Amino acid sequence: MSFLELQNITKIYPNGTKAVNETSLNIDNGEFVVFVGPSGCGKSTLLRMIAGLEDITNGEISLDGNVINNIDPSERDVAMVFQNYALYPHMSVFNNMAYGLKNRGISKEEINNKVNDVAKLLEIDQLLTRKPSMLSGGQRQRVAMGRAIVRNPKIFLFDEPLSNLDAKLRNQMRLEIKRLQRQMGVTSIFVTHDQTEAMTLGDRIVVINNGVVEQVGTPKEIYSKPYTKFVAEFIGSPQMNLFNCKIENGIAHIADMRINLNNSANIDDASLGIRPDDILISDNGQHTCVANLVEYLGSDMIIYSKIGDQEFSCKLSSKINLNAGDTFKFDISNTLVHLFDNTNGSRV
Amino acid sequence: MKFKPLEILTHIILILGVLLMVLPIWFSFATSTHDNVSIMTEGMKFFLGESFSQNYNEVLNEKGGWSEEVTAARMFVNSFIMALGIATLKVVISAMSAYALVYFRFKLAVPIFWLIFITLLVPLEVRIFPSYKIVSDLGLTNTYTGLILPLVASATATFFFRQFYKTIPDELLESAKLDGANSWRFFIDFLLPLSKTMLAAMFIFMFVYGYSQYLWPLIMTTDEKYWTVVMGMKIIFTENYEGVALPRTGERFAYIILSMLPPVLVVVILQRWFIKGLIQTEK
Repeated sequence: MSFLELQNITKIYPNGTKAVNETSLNIDNGEFVVFVGPSGCGKSTLLRMIAGLEDITNGEISLDGNVINNIDPSERDVAMVFQNYALYPHMSVFNNMAYGLKNRGISKEEINNKVNDVAKLLEIDQLLTRKPSMLSGGQRQRVAMGRAIVRNPKIFLFDEPLSNLDAKLRNQMRLEIKRLQRQMGVTSIFVTHDQTEAMTLGDRIVVINNGVVEQVGTPKEIYSKPYTKFVAEFIGSPQMNLFNCKIENGIAHIADMRINLNNSANIDDASLGIRPDDILISDNGQHTCVANLVEYLGSDMIIYSKIGDQEFSCKLSSKINLNAGDTFKFDISNTLVHLFDNTNGSRV
Repeated sequence: MKFKPLEILTHIILILGVLLMVLPIWFSFATSTHDNVSIMTEGMKFFLGESFSQNYNEVLNEKGGWSEEVTAARMFVNSFIMALGIATLKVVISAMSAYALVYFRFKLAVPIFWLIFITLLVPLEVRIFPSYKIVSDLGLTNTYTGLILPLVASATATFFFRQFYKTIPDELLESAKLDGANSWRFFIDFLLPLSKTMLAAMFIFMFVYGYSQYLWPLIMTTDEKYWTVVMGMKIIFTENYEGVALPRTGERFAYIILSMLPPVLVVVILQRWFIKGLIQTEK
């Protein structure tokens, strides 16, 4: 039996919106799981149901062997870090961290020790007497983390906690969260819409779209073998190229381009996906295109081009000398493509 | 430093405004330090006189009223108790009812809120006879409870607290819930400290409101022991008016000046929070 089990969880809001639909998921003890999906896909709702902040319309959640559907949030032994941190503005950093412990009737001395230990761990021990309004964004983030850690919960829930930070700080905090989670080994669920965060943080990633889980897997599985067209498009930057095409006897027809897929598929309406960095540019490539636009990114560059009327991009080392308007030759290897059936969006 | 014409003009207007408000009070104070003969013969005074201690001493300690038992000091105590009771209870009750309206999802919350709001249209003066009937049936005439109780509900304060609570982000409540705060603890540990400027502002408003009540104590009290300052203003030091005695103008002005002090003190003490409460919310 898993540490956290979601069974056929459904959430329907009073106005009839179905936010989460028949979702089942098992999470092991100590695992770091990331829920990722576009905004409004139900990932936060799912997290809030685990926290007990939303009622569950249907289904069952159990934590550490106990069904927690009707257990009060405070007794679930979960800690949450909110997007805007939700620090208590009228309390000092110390009291922010100590409040949850006080409510559990822990002795003053023990609270002192615990808060000081966690503050040292997060390097906020100099800030304990300050009010949240006197802290910078990064410091607030640390306090919010500290407040969760100090309670030593069964499970950490992160609701897009990095989205209010600037890019540099975000990378730094991302690493820190990962490090802390490893160090403490507490089961964690992290919600984000940022696929980079998802890829870097998660032991496993749950891709959610329209209230439905599209795919669960390690970052590598999700990246290299997306189950659905949605996952293929959502994970990876720049986005995977998807060509609408017709497959006849294992040969994809994209405009006047032919790609041998080395199988015997026959699909009228298919999507052929290839990641921009999987397009192999070489002087003796089979296909030829014109670079319409070149985006220089330092070590890499992205070339935008068209096959027929379908746009695509390829990512390559900027050492290659190629300018807008130039023609280039490339190959698409049939081992690197992803084939999806457009009628249901699933992988073939 | 140079002044532009517009600046000079605005300053003149401001100074005139200040004079307009302060001068009558100064006249009253100056007059209250003179003896009755000079006031009678020379009218209102601008400069201070010599009867300060005599007048103020008489005001505070002379027994008056029909029973010759009530002193102004006693009336000050009564007014203070009444205003304090009204202000405290109004603030506490409004804060709690606003809490219920905003945070507890019960079916009729919105209609109930508007029902409370509508009572703004029905001030005490309109419902004074029914209110009197209720209080007297409960046997509360001539008690502090009777003076205070009918005035402790406040639509205005409820409204302000409701608006304030609505600006508090939901995450705060959710985070507090996860930290094990029940509804009572959330109110005490979060809403009250967060709204302390608001509490101070409301307390001042309600204290002045309670202190300046006239009609209600007038109807409520037949026993002079429960007279209030504002009632006294009409009644005190008038008993010897007719006949040979001079009107006791000096004492009456002294009484007026004294009657202004408690609300002024409350404002002075709480003004730091009061101004904050009106212009900003501490979030």
